[in-house]
Amino acid sequence: MTDLERTAVVALRDAAKHFGPVKALNGVSLSVAPGECLGLVGHNGAGKSTLVNLVNGSFAPSSGEVTFPGGPEGVRSVFQELSLCPNLTVAENLSIAHSGLKGRGWRRPARAEILASLDTVFPDHGIDPDTEVDQLTIAERQMVEIAIGFAPRGGSAKLVILDEPTSSLDEGIARQLLSHVRAFCAAGGAVIFISHMLGEVFAVTSRIVVLKDGKVVADRPTKDFTRQGLVDAMGHVAAEGTQSTITRIAHGEVVIRAEGLEARRGEVVGLSGLAGHGQAAALARLYLAQTSDWRAGRGARAVFVAGDRPRDGVLPLWSILRNISISVLGRDGKGGFVNTAAERSLAEDWKQRIGIRTNDLTNPILSLSGGNQQKVLFARALASDAEIIVMDDPMRGVDVGTKQDVYAIIRAEAAKGRTFLWYSTETEEVCQCDRVFVFRDSQISAELTDDQITEDRILEASFEMMETS
Amino acid sequence: MLARYRILLPVISLAVLLCLTFWMQPRAMSYFGLNLLFNLAVPIALATIAQMIIIMVNDIDLSLGAFVSLVACVTATWLNDAPLIGVLVLLALILTYAAMGAVIHMLELPAIVVTLGMSFVWGGLALFLLPTPGGASPAWIRTLMTIKPPFIPMAVLAAIIIAALTHLLVIRSKLGTVLRGLGGNTRSIARAGWNVAALKATAYGLSGLFGVLAGMALVGLTTSADANIALRYTLLSIAGVILGGGEFTGGKVSPTGAVIGAMTLTLAASFLSFLRLSPDWQIGAQGAILILVLTARLLFSRKGAAA
Amino acid sequence: MTMKPWVWAWAAAGLAFAATVLLTSGRGAGELAYAALSFGAFAAIVGLGQMLVITLGPGNVDLSIPACMTLAGTLSLKAMGTIEGTAFLGLAVALATGLAVGCANFVLIWLLRLPPIIATLAASLIYQSLAIWSNRGLRIKPPEGLADFSTGRFIGVPNLAWIALALAILVWLLLERTIWGRWLLASGQNARAARLAGIPVQVVRAATYLSVAVFAALAGYLLASFSGGAALNMGAEYLLMSIAVVVIGGSSIAGGNSNVPGIIGAALFMFLVVSMLNSYGAGAGIKSVLTGTIIIAIVIAASTRRSRQ
Repeated sequence: MTDLERTAVVALRDAAKHFGPVKALNGVSLSVAPGECLGLVGHNGAGKSTLVNLVNGSFAPSSGEVTFPGGPEGVRSVFQELSLCPNLTVAENLSIAHSGLKGRGWRRPARAEILASLDTVFPDHGIDPDTEVDQLTIAERQMVEIAIGFAPRGGSAKLVILDEPTSSLDEGIARQLLSHVRAFCAAGGAVIFISHMLGEVFAVTSRIVVLKDGKVVADRPTKDFTRQGLVDAMGHVAAEGTQSTITRIAHGEVVIRAEGLEARRGEVVGLSGLAGHGQAAALARLYLAQTSDWRAGRGARAVFVAGDRPRDGVLPLWSILRNISISVLGRDGKGGFVNTAAERSLAEDWKQRIGIRTNDLTNPILSLSGGNQQKVLFARALASDAEIIVMDDPMRGVDVGTKQDVYAIIRAEAAKGRTFLWYSTETEEVCQCDRVFVFRDSQISAELTDDQITEDRILEASFEMMETS
Repeated sequence: MLARYRILLPVISLAVLLCLTFWMQPRAMSYFGLNLLFNLAVPIALATIAQMIIIMVNDIDLSLGAFVSLVACVTATWLNDAPLIGVLVLLALILTYAAMGAVIHMLELPAIVVTLGMSFVWGGLALFLLPTPGGASPAWIRTLMTIKPPFIPMAVLAAIIIAALTHLLVIRSKLGTVLRGLGGNTRSIARAGWNVAALKATAYGLSGLFGVLAGMALVGLTTSADANIALRYTLLSIAGVILGGGEFTGGKVSPTGAVIGAMTLTLAASFLSFLRLSPDWQIGAQGAILILVLTARLLFSRKGAAA
Repeated sequence: MTMKPWVWAWAAAGLAFAATVLLTSGRGAGELAYAALSFGAFAAIVGLGQMLVITLGPGNVDLSIPACMTLAGTLSLKAMGTIEGTAFLGLAVALATGLAVGCANFVLIWLLRLPPIIATLAASLIYQSLAIWSNRGLRIKPPEGLADFSTGRFIGVPNLAWIALALAILVWLLLERTIWGRWLLASGQNARAARLAGIPVQVVRAATYLSVAVFAALAGYLLASFSGGAALNMGAEYLLMSIAVVVIGGSSIAGGNSNVPGIIGAALFMFLVVSMLNSYGAGAGIKSVLTGTIIIAIVIAASTRRSRQ
């Protein structure tokens, strides 16, 4: 054991985790020292989640060892998916994670502790600890979850693992979190920070570990990385600061006008603004109004691409094939029967076009990685004849390579005359659109076109409104 | 906020039904009248609480009616004849319930099916114990159930006590909070380091305890038992939980509401007999009242969502 | 490929049959098979309906099956009034009753947004009252031709079993080959995702709740003809039976996955196990305990097998 390992909060030595023949993590040695903020990057399937689960004790390693020189207490995880109990209040949720709070009068300290933690991490949060969690917005829930992670809970947090902590937070709140992480590390705490938003990784971490195919491929101080170098290390080639270079073409007639939005034939329309300001709800309403609970979608005008795959998209018991074809059965079938030949050739066609990584389309959909599941959902939507494609933040948790593939397909389909309505939480994506509607408080605060679409203008539009209110 | 409104509808529906009853039959507005109206509410309220605890952890118990019947049979025979054996048998029944919860969790079985199977088991045991109606209520239970406290009739007083105690247990206590959390998000409870199998067993054990209390209270009122005495409690208890503002999933329940829901169901039966409705329609009218109250609940939740 | 889930139900049915026949050393095997096929047919018909509803996903179940059976049996016998040649009139009345019940159930679920368990439970009380009211305690015999048909055989197999088999094939085709079947299975896996994929989820739900009621009404009509008249409690045992058959048959109680062959195996099994216990001279209490134990054992066996896959 080296000195570094002795003082570390957690040390992994040649740790591996196998799920049957799948080597999710293939011999990783890593240690996290107090005061360090470690960035963990890699695309989907690189082994980030498995590594996190080894560190927080959810999994035992298949081989190698995971040690906590100072004891395993004080290691906290804040998970990517929201994992609070929605029927309990904010304070009650804290008490679930704090076994010391029991007996008579446990509520008062629970309330005080969560409030103190929220005040520390997110000043001016405005969250009442007696509110039930399902009455909070998604951003507020994520804030509560993070605050519980940093709360003392009968000891003190030594290592906090933040897995995509800012995915539902808007820029201002995310900045509060980043500055808290810096302060926490300065005071001797350790953080493992996982994010797809490379800007944040560079802003907050002191060291970056790059995972690829279950192995560490780079482990250097943050200052030794460049953005391009980091992306290269992850194994995908992505252009620095992806800016759309497509020449803007004149679009056709207006095909839809609803919810204050307007879109023309062949146009890619972006919905932007701070997360949770009614974009997703507006898109869902728009889509539901275009289709019916009661009539089959033989000639549906609109299709929907879900971003929240388990909730809105994937049919988990089915094969990839059936998941692709579900929206076009009515078009291809005869006399109410499924046309299995047409179904198969359609799926094979889309497997090629969109690059779904599987050797057999009859494999269960859940055997695919998240990014490939997302491609299946794109294929489902694009295989239809619908002229309007509604996308609800579909790139959430998708790796860089898949994103580039899908951007190209979106552009190609738009050129054929299809219209895209695209809500995205990533400004970079919105900047590729032909027209952008910026939302604030469930209302459209700005409509930007052509040259107006820049990161600055979008942010300006959102924040400017905030000051005037 | 909504959690606080959840209790309003059960209260209002009980109040409306009570007013209608008093209007139809002013003599019911008395100590004895109330006792008569709510006489059978105590066992139903206890059974509803038992069902509520199961629904709270996202399961459903189709065996409750058969279980309460079995407990009634045990109470009217063993507990009366040989109290020690009777107590041991009842304890064993509670432990069986706890074990059922643990097995359902560990083998990932659907609760609806396991309890369906258990309903045959409980029913068979009850038949075995008491093939024909009979037995007798232990004197102390009889006395307890027929006590005449001042001012408030026993049935109403008991309902208030049950509501208060279960509110403390389910809503206020740490254990109740964790169990409700189990219904809301099992994974986060497991991640926080709780033993989910033990928690499920606790929930089922508590449910079994209230089931036992329901059976004992029932025998105290009827003085004898038979194997089918409480079969309808399965459906009554589910209806009571929902009338009381509970939901089938997500750990959203209200013990006070459940007790009030049980009282509403009891009162509905009495109300219909006051109406002098043809016996053909008695049962159908209960269904209609149930639908009516649930419709009101819908209007309420719409208002709640708008506010 | 491992064994299909329905193999369990069929194997259990075969075992129960063998155990019974062994006791009587082969005598009465024919009668037992006849009885099993006839009574099994009723369980299979209501089980098929219940399976469709359970396939719709968590929380979907029809508790009004017994009341619907009783109501359909009562009304159809009353319409026929023992007059020969009215069998089709009776059938039409029964099916219309089923449609009406299904519509009423669905309206409660859809318009009032009641949980299906509560909606069908509350509505079943009303159907029960309707049956009591229309019956008035009279026991009307079915027309003789219909009674003969429902107890008769074709190529040695009871007519009832042929009907159940035809319905099973129909449901199987529906689920495996038609677009509607795909929609139903998709809605059962994730109703929200299905709706967002463009499936008219409400139509699927409505059709399913209509189907289960029509199946129950048909079973009620046949049962009343088979047993020589409608009785007020004639549907009672089919409430738990219909759910048990679905589960033992290997359909997923969580929805989205159904299993038609398993329903038939499970329906035969449920009857055979009772007659096996009868022939061994078991009392009512023991029969019930064993039935329950077997249901649980099968569910446990099926689940441990699943987790090993």
